[in-house]
Amino acid sequence: MGEVTLTIDGRQVTVPAGTSVLEAATQAGVKIPTLCYLEEINEIGSCRLCVVEIEGARTLAASCVTPAAQGMVVHTNTKQVREARRAVLELIISNHPFECLTCVRSGSCELQALAESLGIREIRFEGAKSHHSVDESTPSIVRDPDKCILCRRCVAVCEQVQGVSAINVSGRGFNSVVGPAGELPLNDVACTLCGQCVLVCPTGALSEVDSTREVWKALADPKKHVVVQTAPAIRVALGEEFGMEPGSIVTGQLVAGLRALGFDRVFDTNFTADLTILEEGNELLQRLQTGGTLPMITSCSPGWIKFIEHFYPDMLGNLSTCKSPQQMFGAIAKTYYAEKAGIDPADMYVVSIMPCTAKKFECERPEMRSSGYKDVDAVLTTRELARMLREAGIDPSTLEADNYDAPLGIGTGAAVIFGATGGVMEAALRTVYEVVMQKELPSLDLREVRGFEGIKEAQVVLGDTTVRVAVAHTLANARKLLERVRSGEASYHFIEIMACPGGCIGGGGQPIGTNTERRLQRIEATYQADRELPLRKSHENPEVKQLYDEFLGEPLGHKSHELLHTHYTARGISSKH
Amino acid sequence: MGCCETSSAGDITDITPEQWAKADEIIARYKGQRGVLIPCLHEIQQVVGYLPLEVQERVAAGLDIPVADVYSVITFYALFTTKPKGKHKVGVCLGTACYVRGGEKILDKVEHALGIKAGDTTPDRLFSIQVMRCIGACGLGPVMTVDDDIYARIKPERVPEVLKKYS
Repeated sequence: MGEVTLTIDGRQVTVPAGTSVLEAATQAGVKIPTLCYLEEINEIGSCRLCVVEIEGARTLAASCVTPAAQGMVVHTNTKQVREARRAVLELIISNHPFECLTCVRSGSCELQALAESLGIREIRFEGAKSHHSVDESTPSIVRDPDKCILCRRCVAVCEQVQGVSAINVSGRGFNSVVGPAGELPLNDVACTLCGQCVLVCPTGALSEVDSTREVWKALADPKKHVVVQTAPAIRVALGEEFGMEPGSIVTGQLVAGLRALGFDRVFDTNFTADLTILEEGNELLQRLQTGGTLPMITSCSPGWIKFIEHFYPDMLGNLSTCKSPQQMFGAIAKTYYAEKAGIDPADMYVVSIMPCTAKKFECERPEMRSSGYKDVDAVLTTRELARMLREAGIDPSTLEADNYDAPLGIGTGAAVIFGATGGVMEAALRTVYEVVMQKELPSLDLREVRGFEGIKEAQVVLGDTTVRVAVAHTLANARKLLERVRSGEASYHFIEIMACPGGCIGGGGQPIGTNTERRLQRIEATYQADRELPLRKSHENPEVKQLYDEFLGEPLGHKSHELLHTHYTARGISSKH
Repeated sequence: MGCCETSSAGDITDITPEQWAKADEIIARYKGQRGVLIPCLHEIQQVVGYLPLEVQERVAAGLDIPVADVYSVITFYALFTTKPKGKHKVGVCLGTACYVRGGEKILDKVEHALGIKAGDTTPDRLFSIQVMRCIGACGLGPVMTVDDDIYARIKPERVPEVLKKYS
């Protein structure tokens, strides 16, 4: 394919043939407003906000779906264009509830921002408004179709990135609505609750179930001992909510912010990420040595777990029985820590800060009560934590770094990298290699499993076995990989799967505005945080060693099985109706 | 809830095992081909009469298409219906000619007489109402049909007696 040269607002730009006028304009430094557009995922020319005038064309053209052509002369700022944009936006707003002041997306809403930048001061159109009920059926995601502008980004992400297609547009014209088949509640269909739809929603039509109220309530209750754990991926993302550069590492400020909010103890999910590696690493070795089910597949990502339960229920035996680090933390906090600190677990309230909406579902699973109580009481996404901090007037970027508390506060570099795709695999191999070979991996940086490629493969020689491993992120890639495994086209010993693009750093609970560029910056920060830590292998975590010595005994032991391992539910894809 | 039990023929009261078998035959014929969703749904609707969620899920599984996409197609085209039709199908034309000659008053009367809205079916499954957009009998407007019978220049007050003939 050759190149074409066109003129946009008087600027000449040369782009590869096939490039859209919108992309060409971006390259030329000309900003065209967009709403439904989502690079490479949703380029359908649906909202018409990006219309431009092309000399010689009969009508205005949607720049996101118009290919740039040789000699094309484009104007993005004529009277006709401005009037059309304004009319389009006013029409969209004319069927939008005016709830901006109380909307969760106030301040991060793309529709609001466009109305502001286009200087919309009145809506000339008045007519019928859509009325649909709010879907609060799941513990993770709220759907408010009245706020939906039918951009279809969520539909596109669910289908193309995740390969799930839980939702689509039904009806036509004014009666169109985005949702599951049969207009069933989301909880009744095969949705993984990954929250990628929430991340791309331009408005408040999709949001996380808010848990801030109940956490505030627990914090205000003098009888409650409220402990908090922070997932690895929070420390490289929270800064964005407070105007810091994407990829800023804010671990110490995160701890300080949580302390300022009033948590009694600030602990780290990294502690139980290390614990996960010891349990899962030993589980892998046991399966390799005793002819157990292979490939063994990781079980940290609750969106992925729900996906396999719906779509590949015949392969549940391949999942590691290890609970996720979040749930291991809850179980250990309400047993080991409660005992050590002399606190009645009935009075303990465990909060997780997670980059994930599916974690809210995970903590509600009936089997996640092995302490005798609900192991994790509430899950806050990165966004919800940011909202609580703002409400309290705390800006972490201005705080002095603080340290996690003992005894669940130490995490190694191996735990930090759980946040990035390939990280759990790398962390596991650092430990498994050393357990088997009695020496350190030649290099602790396993570059083959890092990076943004959808499916990655590597081999590690462990004595006389060559262990073949694979890593996938996004559920569409997970599906591809599972199909290869099922058909016998590929065979592995160990597979890591994360539901979200880039891994947890790109999770559905992360700051609005998460895109590929930001994901890469957070991944970069994740590996930097790993390199900077004195301990980089899970089995060197002194607090984890102490936990085994004082409480658990040994990996895969009786107590571990009781507290740290779980089972899964075949769900199938048929709706509950 | 298990994955297969819910969409088995067992808990469907109004789709007969024969209808399910025919639907499965149709699905099997289209299996593995691309771009066949609409003809497949059309044939099944001719057999079953309508396309409830259970049928949509069967089609989705058979053609390896997400059920959300099947539902999207069904609700887009007026040809498809997710509700069962009554034994007698009452049609009221709201095409331009019938409309200006009072078609809407006829529809109001039919809806009122049967206690249901256009597109719906009476609980006893005896009648369903559908709005038609011109049946090519403009000179006879307003037109109302029941099954294959055509009632020309119908007046609202005659609607009840027409319906009574089919009760």
